[in-house]
Formats: sequence, C-alpha cells, structure tokens
Amino acid sequence: MKNKKFLIVSLILAAVCIVGVLYVNANMRYSMLASVLQKGAIYALVAVALNLLNGFTGLFSLGQAGFMMLGAYTYAILTIPVAERIAVYQYFDGGIIQFCLPMAVGLVLAGIVPMLFAWLIGKPVLKLKSDYLAIATLGFAEIMRAIIQWKNLGPLTNSSNLLKRFANYENILFPMVVSAVCIAIIVLMINSTYGRAFKAIRDDEIAAEAMGINLAKHKMIAFMTSAFFAGIGGALLAMFQSSVQAAAFTSAMTYEILLIVVIGGIGSVTGSVMGAFLFVACSEWWLRFLDDPLPYLGVQIPFMRGGFRMLVFSVVIMVVVLFFRKGIMGDKELPDLWKKRPKKALKKASKKEVA
Amino acid sequence: MLKIKDLHVSYGGIRALRGVDLEVPDGKIVTLIGANGAGKSTLLRTISGLVKADSGSITYNDNELLGKPINKVLEEGIAQVPEGRRVFADLTVLENLKVGAYLRKDKAEIEKDIQWVYSLFPRLEERHWQLAGTLSGGEQQMLAVGRALMSRPKVLMMDEPSLGLAPLVVQGIFDIIRTINQQGVTVLLIEQNANMALKIADLAYVLETGVITKTGTGAELLADESIKEAYLGKKKK
Repeated sequence: MKNKKFLIVSLILAAVCIVGVLYVNANMRYSMLASVLQKGAIYALVAVALNLLNGFTGLFSLGQAGFMMLGAYTYAILTIPVAERIAVYQYFDGGIIQFCLPMAVGLVLAGIVPMLFAWLIGKPVLKLKSDYLAIATLGFAEIMRAIIQWKNLGPLTNSSNLLKRFANYENILFPMVVSAVCIAIIVLMINSTYGRAFKAIRDDEIAAEAMGINLAKHKMIAFMTSAFFAGIGGALLAMFQSSVQAAAFTSAMTYEILLIVVIGGIGSVTGSVMGAFLFVACSEWWLRFLDDPLPYLGVQIPFMRGGFRMLVFSVVIMVVVLFFRKGIMGDKELPDLWKKRPKKALKKASKKEVA
Repeated sequence: MLKIKDLHVSYGGIRALRGVDLEVPDGKIVTLIGANGAGKSTLLRTISGLVKADSGSITYNDNELLGKPINKVLEEGIAQVPEGRRVFADLTVLENLKVGAYLRKDKAEIEKDIQWVYSLFPRLEERHWQLAGTLSGGEQQMLAVGRALMSRPKVLMMDEPSLGLAPLVVQGIFDIIRTINQQGVTVLLIEQNANMALKIADLAYVLETGVITKTGTGAELLADESIKEAYLGKKKK
C-alpha cells in the first residue's frame, strides 16, 4: 500500500516536472533557467556515474572528464552531416569519415567507445588502490586530451579545432529524459545483486572475496558502466554546447563533478542529482549578480566585479563542506527521509502484543 | 571429509606451512590451536583459495580443491568466517546476509536461510535494518557467522571467533558453534583461546611453526601436560 502511495506521488512529481520543462521550453528556451536545467541534468548523470565508482564501489577515479570527452567526440564525429564536413574539417579536406549516423546510434556509440577504453585501461589500472588509481585515471584523461588534439589525428578529430554542426536536439526535455533514463538504469544496477557486491567490495575487499565475489570482474563492471554513462553525458554536453573542443575537458571539469558528488553525498544518487542542479545553478546563475559592477541603490559595492562570483562560490562550498561533513544527503536517498525507522514500527508491534 | 596432505605454503617469502597433514571428518568440530604466527590463518586461507600453495593436496570428498578459485571452493560447500569479523560496515544486517548468499540463485531458499540465521541469532532479526558498523563486537561476530552460513556450507571454517570479545559473549559464540554443528555443519575452528576451543572439540590439532605437533580428542589435549604449559597458562614448576 505504501509502495503504491510512493509510486503515485513520484508519478505526479515527474508529470509536474515534465510540464514545467515543456513550459520553459516553449516560453523561455534561451533563458538562464533553461540552460541550468539542461546542464544540471547532464552533470547529474555524469556525477551519478562517478558516484557509482567513488561512492558505491570504493574506486577513487578521476578520469571522468576523459570519458566524457571520448563520448562527446565519438558523438560529434559520427553525426556531422556529410555536406557540412568540408566546412567543419576546413583544415583537413573534410576529414576521413564520410558518413553520418542517426542521432540515437551516435548517442549509444558515445557510450560504447569510452566503455571500450575503460576496459583497455582498466585491465592494468584497476589493480591499483585508492590514490594511485586516482593518479592513473587522471593521467589517462590528460593523455587522451593531448592525443585528440594531436595534429596527425586531425582528419579524424579535427585536431584542436571546434567540431560543430552535428545532430542536435530541439526540445530541452531531451537531455533531461536521456539522463533520467540513464540514472534510472544505474539505480536499478545499484539495487541489484551487482550493487550489493559493489558495496561489499567498498566496505571490505577481503571479506567480499571470501564471500565468493570476483573482485577484478566487479571492479571492471563498475568502471565500464561508469565510463559508458560518462560518455553519454559527454555527448549530451556536446549537444548542449552545440560544439566540442578537447581543451574544455580539463581535469578542472573532473573536479567540478567530484565536488558535486562530495557535496551531494558520497554514496547517494539523489544527493548527486540535487548537488548537480545546485552546483550548476549557483555557479552559473544565482551568483551571477556578484560579477555585476553596477551600483545597487546608488551605492557602488566594492569587490563587485567580474570574477568575484567564483570567490564567493568557493566560500559557499567551504561553508557547505564544514557544516555538512557527509554532504547534503550523506549516504541516504531522498525517499529514506520519509521512511519510518523500523525500530519504531517494531516497538509499536510489541506494544500491541502486550496490550 | 576434508583432507589435507603434506601441504607446503610460502607466504610473503616465509615458509608458513611445512608439510601439514590434517583431517576434518564430517559432522565434527575440529579445532586447530597454536601460537601467533604458527600458520593457522595461512592454512585457513589456503583451504579457501585465497592463498596459493607450493605443494601438497587439499581434498573434500575426494575432490581436489587446491588451485580452484575461491568461488568454486565455496560452491563445494566450504565457507569461512574471516578473522576479525570483517562485516560490511555500511551495509545493513540484512544486506550483509544477502551478500553471504552471493553465489546462490535460488531466491526462495535464500529467504528460508535468512529465517534460519534469524532463528540462530534472534538479535540479528531485531537489528536487520541497522548498519552492520553500528553493531557491538559480539553482534558483529554473530553477523559474520550468519553471513558465512548463508552460503549453506557443509564445512564452516572460523578464524578466531573469540578475538576481542568479552568472556560472556565468547561463551555465547561457542554455544552457537555447538548448535550449528548439531544441525549438521562440520566446523573447523581456529583459536588462540585454547581452553574454550578444546572443550567443544571432537578432534584437535596443535600447529607449531608450520608443522602439526600433536593431535588427539579435545579432552586428551586438555589433559596433556605440555599443552597445559604452552597454551592453557599452567605455571611451570
């Protein structure tokens, strides 16, 4: 019965969200709100994918921007219409790829290519522990960025020039729906036997091994899944920006995503999602007025000039981290907050028995 | 019957086991006692497949276990309770039990076994929703035992279940070991608490620096003068 109630409430919420987004799409397609919604949804997906690794499997990876970049490039390269290629690859005679795939195929491939790369580098790298794994994955991301910008790969990747004019979405509902579906898949995975095995590995590798859990296999599954969804997130980001350039996928982007995961709560999917929207809204929208040197009520406030926003933002983050040691959600999920603790339920039951 | 023959194991460059022969008959409680560093845990880890052996053989009902990966050993019916409990601290008690049944696919039977574990440890049922890390030491040991039982083992190997627990709690754990054994599970118990371990043992071995030096029934070894001196704290005269 309770489940039914929960289902109805969440369906109503989803419907309200969809109607709201459609309204935004129709009336303020190019407003700040619309772009925060889109970028927030994309970052939410990438953050949840990173959380699957960092929060649920205990693998500290910093390669997220690298996988996003691979996804973004795969998608962009494969979906530029043939007629446009000569203009996009202007320094490379139209490039070597002379076909164009449909959007959906490109999006799936944007997940599969990073996943294959994850498999390749996962073989040696996943044997490393904690900080060493972080360094190795960070190195991988940086190397991939350099390789994509390599001049000799120009006919394929357009070197360090922009890739643009690839297939794009019209309705801002699209990235939100795609990332919602992807996050739902990750949640299903976390709640399956696989998810339990991941958490067991995170808590105690030796005990997990003693239970018959194959460590190498499960770490690889988590790593590849994370790379898959990071790649799809990267493709969505490419569409959102309607252009791709390798230079944008720096390690700073990975840190942004890591920050979202930490602020949202390591090991909480809803935390990552909320963290993503809050982070994007704060960094791009709500604090924007701080960059504005205009006088308020006739008073010129000192420090209010371009860049001041980021300074305030850093202070906000420090305050959040100080007061929410385990992030906004800790390792709880949003629905958990409404759940009654079973202990109380038990007590009630026993009281009834006594009576 | 679990049979170990002439087992040699090197562990971290040290020859930890040097020709161990040991038998664990079905339905019995077998105890292995020995000082720190005698190789007790290495033996257990070798049986479960976590450590590779140099030579020798480990057979269960005439199936060779040596060289098999740990999941195959588990499927043969040999489970272990690792030293120091090692429960999954951020998983609930129920989730811990479910991880214990990781290799099994039969959902209905798993549900039955969860109820069985709850009947052995009613405390775990009371706390099934709690995170394992918030349990007391004794409760964590119960959970570790329950988790190992979830693979429905024929042989349960326990590595120092009394480690770091109050005497009263240790008594409770040993009572449970006896109950589990009476329900048909063979137990291989590794202990430093020799007094308690020998009391419940049908068969006991003493391991010293990688070699079995004495065997006998629990009662025999309890009465043995040299054992009393070395492990039971009798004063030298």
